[in-house]
Amino acid sequence: MPVVLRTERLTRLIGERKLVDEVSVEVRAGEVLAVVGPSGSGKSSFLRLLNRLDEPSSGTVFLQGTDYRQIPPSELRRRVGMVTQRAVLFPGSVYENLGFGPRQRGEQLAPEVARKLLDRVGLPGYLEHDVAHLSGGEAQRVSIARALANEPTVLLLDEPTSALDEASKSGVESLLKDIIAERELTCVMVTHDVAQAERMASSVLVLEQGRVQRNGTVQEVLHA
Amino acid sequence: MLNRFFTDQLYLGLAQSAAAGLVAFAVVLLARSRKVHLESEAAVALVRGLVQIVAVGSVLVALLRGPQWTSVFLLMAMVLAAAAISAKRAKGIPGSYRIAAWSISCGAGSVIAVMTCLGVIDTAITALIPVGSMLIANAMNTTGLALNRFRSDVLAHVGEIETALALGAKPNESIAPYVQSSFESSLIPAIDSLRSLGIVWIPGMMAGMLVSGSRPIYAAIYQFVVMAMIFASSGLTSLLCTMLVRSHAFTDAEQLLLRGESH
Repeated sequence: MPVVLRTERLTRLIGERKLVDEVSVEVRAGEVLAVVGPSGSGKSSFLRLLNRLDEPSSGTVFLQGTDYRQIPPSELRRRVGMVTQRAVLFPGSVYENLGFGPRQRGEQLAPEVARKLLDRVGLPGYLEHDVAHLSGGEAQRVSIARALANEPTVLLLDEPTSALDEASKSGVESLLKDIIAERELTCVMVTHDVAQAERMASSVLVLEQGRVQRNGTVQEVLHA
Repeated sequence: MLNRFFTDQLYLGLAQSAAAGLVAFAVVLLARSRKVHLESEAAVALVRGLVQIVAVGSVLVALLRGPQWTSVFLLMAMVLAAAAISAKRAKGIPGSYRIAAWSISCGAGSVIAVMTCLGVIDTAITALIPVGSMLIANAMNTTGLALNRFRSDVLAHVGEIETALALGAKPNESIAPYVQSSFESSLIPAIDSLRSLGIVWIPGMMAGMLVSGSRPIYAAIYQFVVMAMIFASSGLTSLLCTMLVRSHAFTDAEQLLLRGESH
């Protein structure tokens, strides 16, 4: 499988502190890379560098072979979607939220496409619902559908189930797993839950103080 | 009552300012009882205000008798001082002094220039400086309010702004609701002043014109003219300020700078 995402000595410094320290890693098409490590190990900082929400101090990222500094940031972020720990939805209806990404490119998301996305995330009939009335689990499902509406090449998941209650957690996790498999999405997922990494990922990157401790297949890293 | 004890105008003035200062300080103490701490900021502002106005008052006569061209430099100095004061309301916003200086000089400056050319503001230094300073002072308040509101709104909505960016939104789109709210809220005092003109307050300019013998109807109309100019200059300043601050809130790579924490 071709390499979709490659980081090359990716580093992020804040003052003297290295949040991410020369991380080089490859993610192949359809692969799910789990980034694990203790709190403050630089997992989320690493993820924010991948869609350039933060600027690397040195090193770079290649998306399908192109240095991502050559890609306009808004286009890069359309191609590298993100689902955060807590779903942040914009005031309005579910449909308005799903159409946000396409609207930025001057496109209108067809209601039929929006309905299919909602069916897929387990929220049939929610198209006109006001997002203010959604539960945490429902809001996270809408944020997943909203990211998919942009048809990303890579999906970044920042602890996508950690803010949910136990009942919603397993539902959202299995939904993500199925969608990733169906769409053969390339994913980078930050998680503090090693068991979740084992269930969802094909490879694992262990970070500690921003540095790579281990990197390899789930078998190599978690069962060695 | 105070004028019974003080016959000398200077001592009377000092006694009056002490009385006004005491009332202001009582409010600060009242705020303190509600755990709102304004003591040091209010004390510095009161003392500084008194010293500044006495200093300006002492040299004002000399300045107002000076050649006409000095008014341009006086107004420019006022703009720079106003920019420094309003920029203090924008801690954490990169380039806040430059934003404030450009906004006030272009916003208030262009209204002063146009109105002077049209003959609405007299070119005599005794008219240009007081009216110009009113426009600059109000533009300063508007800028401070706009920057302060922008900063607090952005810091409270970092998640929403970065979610919009992560979905491919341009910085202007991601931040539009907060730019709009800072513009609207900064103009509330100017709009309310215009709305309450003559009903809630009779401004000093009009009172001064009446005392100096102007026809009451002209004094009233000219006061409206001044308030309309204040509104125009505040509006233009706020518009420029919110446009400039928007572009200063992001890097060239469309990353939000004003985040309040390090990642």
